[in-house]
Amino acid sequence: MYNSIVMVKQVPDTAHISGKVMKDDGTVNRAKLPAIFNNEDRVSLELALQIKEKHGGKVTAITMGPPRASDILRECLYMGADEVYLISDRKFAGADTLATSYVLSEAIKKIDNYDFVFAGRQAIDGDTAQVGPQTAEKLNIPQITYTEEIVELTKDKIKVKRKIDGGYEIVESVFPVLITVLKDVVKPRPFDAKRVMTYKSAKSLMELEKMTEGNSLLYIDKLVHEYEGRNLYIKTLTMDDLKLDSERCGIKGSPTKVHKVQSVVLGGGNQCKVEPTKEGLSNLIDQLMTDHIFG
Amino acid sequence: MEFKNEVWVFIEQRDGKVADVSFELLSKAHKLSEAMSGKVKAIVIGNNVKGIASETFKYGADETLVYDHSELKHYRTLPYSRILNNLIKENIPRIVLFGATVIGRDLAPRVASHTKSGLTADCTDLQIEDVTYLKNEYPKLLLQIRPAFGGNIIATIITPDVPTQMATVREGVMEKHILDKPNKEKIIVADFKPEPIDFLVNIIEQHREESKVNLKAAPIIVAGGYGLGTKDNFKLIEELALTIGGEVAGSRAAVDAGFISPDRQVGQTGVTVRPKLYIAVGISGAIQHRAGMQEAAKIIAINTDPDAPIFGISSYGIVGDATEIIPALIEAYKNKLK
Repeated sequence: MYNSIVMVKQVPDTAHISGKVMKDDGTVNRAKLPAIFNNEDRVSLELALQIKEKHGGKVTAITMGPPRASDILRECLYMGADEVYLISDRKFAGADTLATSYVLSEAIKKIDNYDFVFAGRQAIDGDTAQVGPQTAEKLNIPQITYTEEIVELTKDKIKVKRKIDGGYEIVESVFPVLITVLKDVVKPRPFDAKRVMTYKSAKSLMELEKMTEGNSLLYIDKLVHEYEGRNLYIKTLTMDDLKLDSERCGIKGSPTKVHKVQSVVLGGGNQCKVEPTKEGLSNLIDQLMTDHIFG
Repeated sequence: MEFKNEVWVFIEQRDGKVADVSFELLSKAHKLSEAMSGKVKAIVIGNNVKGIASETFKYGADETLVYDHSELKHYRTLPYSRILNNLIKENIPRIVLFGATVIGRDLAPRVASHTKSGLTADCTDLQIEDVTYLKNEYPKLLLQIRPAFGGNIIATIITPDVPTQMATVREGVMEKHILDKPNKEKIIVADFKPEPIDFLVNIIEQHREESKVNLKAAPIIVAGGYGLGTKDNFKLIEELALTIGGEVAGSRAAVDAGFISPDRQVGQTGVTVRPKLYIAVGISGAIQHRAGMQEAAKIIAINTDPDAPIFGISSYGIVGDATEIIPALIEAYKNKLK
């Protein structure tokens, strides 16, 4: 039996930016980017689910994010997670990786009773790959990053193949250990139709609060209780629930500050337009030969 | 607050060979230390690494600290981070730089977390400047410049309120520069004692080979993107490269789509190249990609979307369908050789 906690993140889909999401001034139109489940995190959830199926145990998915991040927690339930936690508070806004790892590590300490913490290597919105190792350090546990394959799992050790610069290595670790995975480790399963039917109405505290707004017949405590009873409550942890130091959360707890932002303005370069005709291409080759690019 | 103006560089060695990025960072650190009237310290960790320590002085190290022990032969997270955690807490350097390699990206966040330092990943430029931030004056701060938000903005990150500013930089982004007159050798050998925590994770086996692909040295690169649509269409890229004597490369989206292997990825999360000619086919030109190729002497962009960002930096732009243009280009080239 192994218990896993999987750290997941909702991210803007920055991977396929085309001219369509560009504004006239050449900057990106963020509103047009959909919010998606960070792929490598989904892969790490799949890995945790496979371990559970083979050896037993429990899979818990957690995310720190705004209320709408509940969307990916429902997706975790659709795939087979036993339990999910939304770690959310207005005071978490603007967190950099250090503040994020503080909040996540405290949430993991509260959930407790784990052998593995899994996460994707990095999230596509920042590509920093920092939150995994920073969380492991705060939990004071070892880490294995860039995981390519779980080679062997025994009673008290895990053997993992991981990428290194120019090759790979096989390492062996005791538990608990934090493991970050690359995207091709396993293929995430599709949603289970039955679980979708069950969990599509799962709701977090903030979503239930929204239901009570404008409906004087609903009371939040009763509603949470009712959803818990139906096993449809997305456990929600705020800063107070975790008894966190507000100085270490959100923008306050983030040493990195954005000093300047320059929108990348595209287009209007001094490039020479080449017609896609036989003559146009022939002239281009001539030009490159004259410039001694070829030959 | 008064700081010791030290710029530290973690010198990365694999099997006793120094990663290029470490020398590139030493060259950068040398410039930064001049701007802040400080000094450069190299940190070398490994086994039998005194030779490596000697090499650091020609790239700008003023002083080099060496941890030499058989248990430190190969990089392992726990002993290496333990060394740096303690060292940084005791000495409080102003800046610490790491290569954005697998090792650097495993180690730097762990150390930043422990020392509560700011850390910016994958910087494309580093500068020293006096900064006014929220009405406070911060003299000689490290500007950490990197693309952000999917590369659609260039962000200048600062870490004004912490003693130590940390950053990682990809290989090839900074230029390696040998000093006209190397610094005087000053090596300090530090003591290392293994502790039980160092052995929680152990290396069972390790395989490493020199990459057969050397995009950095290629004078001509033909790169394909997601816009090519299929792996079959990607073969056109290979044919063009073969014809004109170039190397094949791809954007991250092309690698993600399985069109090409990851060791041929150009861009912020791949290789940074400076060829004579870069032909970008079906690549929209997100800044992460441009960060890896915009220093090319000449850029040809081929794309169906006339508004694709890649045209903004290309020397020659061709709007149209690559499956028609590339065969025509190959034919035009072959005709010239006749």
